[in-house]
Amino acid sequence: MSSVSGSPAFQAVEGDEEVIIGLEVHCQLDTKTKLFCGCSTDYRDDGPNTHVCPICLGLPGSLPAVNRKAVEFALKVAKALNCRVLEESEFSRKNYFYPDLNKGFQISQYDKPLAVEGWLRIEGDDGEKTVRITRVHMEEDPGRLVHKGGADRPKYTLVDYNRAGIPLIEMVTEPDIRSPKEARRFLNKLRATLEYLGVFDSEKEGSLRVDANISIQPRGWFEAHGKGMEGRGRTEVKNISSYKGVEKALTFEITRQKNLIRRGQRLETATRHFVETRGVTTASRSKEMEQDYRYFPEPDLVPLRVSDWCERIVLPELPDARQNRFMDEYGCSYNHARTLTGDLRVAEFYEKVAAVDPRIAATWVADTLLGELNYRDMNIAKVSPSHFIELLQMLKEDVITDKSAVEVLRVILDQLAEGCQCEAPSSCVARLNLAKTADDGLDAVIEEVMREHPQAVEDFHNGRKEALNFLVGQVMRKTRGRVDPGDVNRRLREILPPGGT
Amino acid sequence: MGIFAFSAPDPCNAFITRIPEAEYGDGKLAGVSIAVKDNISTKGIQTTCGSKILEGYVPPYDAHVVELLRAEGAAILGKTNMDEFGMGTTTENSAYGPTLNPADRERVPGGSSGGSAAAVASGMVRMALGTDTGGSIRCPAAFCGIVGMKPTYGRVSRYGLVAYANSLEQIGPMAANVPDISLLMGVLTCHDPRDSTSIIAPYTHTPDPDIHGLKVGVPEEYFGKGVDPRVASTVWEGISLLERLGAEIITCRMPSMDYALAAYYVTCMSEASSNLARFDGVRYGPPADPKKQWHESFQERRRDGFGKEVRRRVMLGTFALSSGYYGKYYAKAQSARRNVAADFSRLFSEVDVLAGPTMPTIAFRLGEKSDPLSMYLSDILTVPANLAGVPAISVPCGKVDGMPVGLQIMGRWCADERVIDVAYAFEEGVSA
Ligand SMILES: [Zn+2]
Repeated sequence: MSSVSGSPAFQAVEGDEEVIIGLEVHCQLDTKTKLFCGCSTDYRDDGPNTHVCPICLGLPGSLPAVNRKAVEFALKVAKALNCRVLEESEFSRKNYFYPDLNKGFQISQYDKPLAVEGWLRIEGDDGEKTVRITRVHMEEDPGRLVHKGGADRPKYTLVDYNRAGIPLIEMVTEPDIRSPKEARRFLNKLRATLEYLGVFDSEKEGSLRVDANISIQPRGWFEAHGKGMEGRGRTEVKNISSYKGVEKALTFEITRQKNLIRRGQRLETATRHFVETRGVTTASRSKEMEQDYRYFPEPDLVPLRVSDWCERIVLPELPDARQNRFMDEYGCSYNHARTLTGDLRVAEFYEKVAAVDPRIAATWVADTLLGELNYRDMNIAKVSPSHFIELLQMLKEDVITDKSAVEVLRVILDQLAEGCQCEAPSSCVARLNLAKTADDGLDAVIEEVMREHPQAVEDFHNGRKEALNFLVGQVMRKTRGRVDPGDVNRRLREILPPGGT
Repeated sequence: MGIFAFSAPDPCNAFITRIPEAEYGDGKLAGVSIAVKDNISTKGIQTTCGSKILEGYVPPYDAHVVELLRAEGAAILGKTNMDEFGMGTTTENSAYGPTLNPADRERVPGGSSGGSAAAVASGMVRMALGTDTGGSIRCPAAFCGIVGMKPTYGRVSRYGLVAYANSLEQIGPMAANVPDISLLMGVLTCHDPRDSTSIIAPYTHTPDPDIHGLKVGVPEEYFGKGVDPRVASTVWEGISLLERLGAEIITCRMPSMDYALAAYYVTCMSEASSNLARFDGVRYGPPADPKKQWHESFQERRRDGFGKEVRRRVMLGTFALSSGYYGKYYAKAQSARRNVAADFSRLFSEVDVLAGPTMPTIAFRLGEKSDPLSMYLSDILTVPANLAGVPAISVPCGKVDGMPVGLQIMGRWCADERVIDVAYAFEEGVSA
C-alpha cells in the first residue's frame, strides 16, 4: 500500500525524527575446539600459528567436518531467541580475497541459515519492548592480521591463523532499535542470555563484534513504509568490538547524520568504520560495498537437519526467569532483580551470598558492590563471595555501620584492583578500628562532647532543636562514623535534660 | 617390509616426482608398486597438481587414501603428471610438460590422470591412483589401454585430494587388469569421518565373472553424433561379447545427455573458481611482492602462477557464480544435474548396468585439441556418471588404428561390485 517518498498520506512533522537501528552481532561460541577441525580454541596466551592444522590453515586437500558441539551451542541460542530452526539448513561459501582468509572463502551460511524469525525482550526507552531477530547463523572466524612497525603506516603485516576456524554465531535483528541506549541494552540482554546458556564468554578479547545499521527518519515513516525515506540512506558501521563502543559509534553517527540532514544533504547508503580509539566513524572505500561474495552451497559439507534435535534441547534458566525467581524467592524488588540477573556472574554471586539476608544482600550487591566495581572497572569474579558474606554478616549483626561497611569494601576492592591478596573484612574492621563503639563508649563520647559544648547543651535546653543535630554531628566526628547516627540521636535525647517550654 | 628401488626410465614423462627408494611394509599391498596422482597429498613428498603455483609445496600430511596405501604395505614410487589441477583431457596442460601415450608417443595419454595411466600402461608401476571429476580416470585408461574406475561418489574419502570440483570428483584405482582394480578398491573404500560426504560402504568383494541374465542397457546417445564410427563398432563388438556371456542387451535413451556437458562444466568451473582462491601468494609458491598493494600483488601471483586453461576456468566459474548470473548458470546446472540423476535412476529400474564407449574417439595427437571447446566435447560420455555420482569403469576393448579403445560400464549408486563383475567377465571373455 505504502508508496515511496512524497506519499501524500504521510505528513512528516518538521524536526520530529526517530533513529532506526538494526544490529548484526557476531559472537564466538565458547567451544573447546574449532568449528571444522580439532584444534583448541584456547589460543589467546599462545604464540601465533600454534593452534593450527591442515584444516584451519586451509591447506590444499583438507576438508571441514562440522563440530557437533558448535551446532548444539548455536541451536541453544536459536531456541533462547525464540527462533524457528529450519528443517534443512546449509553452509555456503562466501568468496573474497583477504590475507587473513586461509581458503579464499569463508564457510558461512547464506540463504538457508540455521534459524529465523525470533525475538528478544529488552527494556526499551519507553518500557519493555520486543526486538525481532531476523536470523541466526553459524560461520567460521577468519585469521588475524598483525601490523608491524607503526600503527598508521605499518612496514609489514603478519598473519596469525590461531583464530581461523573459531565458531562464530551471527545474530541479525530487524530495525527495531530506536536509540544507542536501546542498542546497548539489547546487547547486554543478548550477552546475558548467551552466558546463561553457557555458550559464550564475554570476557575473552575479540569474542564480540558488531555491525550496526543506522538511519534517521521522520517519525513514523519507517513503520508506515517499511523502509527509509529517499535521501535518508542508512549507514552500516562496521568493526565495533565492545559494548560501550556500540553506544559511542551510534551516538557519533546520529550527530553526523543529523548535521548532514540539517544542511539539507542527501544521505546515501554507505559503509563506515568505527575507530574505537577516537570514538568516530570514518568512510570506507566504496569498493568494499560493491563486493560480490558469490555465495554457493559448500560442497564439502552435507546439509544440516537439526530441527528435531533442537526440540529435544532443554534450556537452562534464562535471565527473565531468573529475575522472576529472584523476586519470588528472595523478595527482591523489580529493579534489584533486574540488575542482579542482568549478568550471569552477578546473579551467581548474589545467590552465593543471599543466605545471610536476601534483602540486605540485594541492596549491597546491586547498589553498592556493582557501583564500586564499575568505578574501578573491575569484574565481580575477583570478589570472594565468602568475604562478602562476612561483610554482610557484620552488617546484619550490627557490628559495623553502613558507612564502615562501604569503607571496608573500598579497601578490599582497592587491594584487589592492585592485584594484592585482600584481607578478610573482619581483620580490616579490626585494623581500622571500625567496629561499632559499645554503648558505654558512646556515653563517654557524648559526655565529652557535652562538656566541650556547654552552649549547645544550653541551647537545646532552651528549645533549639538544631542544637541536637550539632551535638550528633560532633559525636559522629569523634567516633569517625563507627556509631549509628540514629543511636546517637536517641541516646542524646535520653541523657540531655528535657528541652524548654 | 623393504625398499623398492625405482630406476625405470620414464620416456613418457609420467612422473613429476619420483621416489628412487620407496619404503614399503606388510599388508594386502606389500611391496606393490603404486604411483599416486600429483593432486593427492603425500606427507613429505612435493604435491604440485601439475601447477607452477604449487611448485615446492610439500604437504605436512597424507591424504586418507595414502594413509590406507601405506598401512597395507604399498611402495609409493612417486607422483604422476596431470593436467593442471585436473583441468584437461590430455595431460598437455601441465606446468611440467605433457605426458606421452605409451602406445604411441605422438599421441596424448588422455587426462587428467594421464601420468598415472602412462605409468601403469608402460609397466613402470603395477597400479596407480587417479582422480575422476568428469572422466579423468576413465579417459586416460581408455586411451592407454588399461582399466580405470571411478567409484560411487562418497565411497572413497577425498580427504587430502586437492579439490578441483568437490561435488563431482572421486579418487579411484587404475591398473592393468580388473582383479587389481578390485584389490585396490578393497583398500581405498574405508569410511573417513574427516570427509563429510564419505559413506560407510567398505568394498569386500571378489570379482565374479558370471553375468547370466544380467540386463545391460545401451543408451543410443552413446553412439550418437561425434562418436567415431570405428570406435562405435569396436565397442558394439564388445557389448555383443557380453551378450554371448549370457547378458541381455537392451537399447535405451538418456535424454538428459543434451545438457549434461553444460551442467558439468558450469558446476566444475564454479567450484574450481572458489577452490583455487587460496592460491594468492600468501601461503604457497613464490611470495607476493611486498612493495605492491595487496590487490595488485595477489592478482599478479595468480596471473603468473596459473596456466591458461586454469585461468580460463576460474574466470568462467567466477562469472557463473556472480550475482545476477547465479540463477542462470549455477542454479540451472544443479537442476540439470538432478535431471541426469533422474535419468539414471529411471534406467536402472529397467537394467542392471549401462554400457557404451568411454571416449568418442581414440587418443588425440599431441596438440590436436588446441580449441578448448572441442576438448570439452570429448568428455560427453564420461561426465554423466560424475553428475549422478554413480560408479563407472573403463576396460580395454580392442583397438582402432593400433590405439586402445575403452568399454565403459556404469552401475547403480553404490553397486561398484556389480560394475567390477561385468568388467571382469568382459576381461575374462576377451582373453578366453
Ligand atoms: Zn585446526
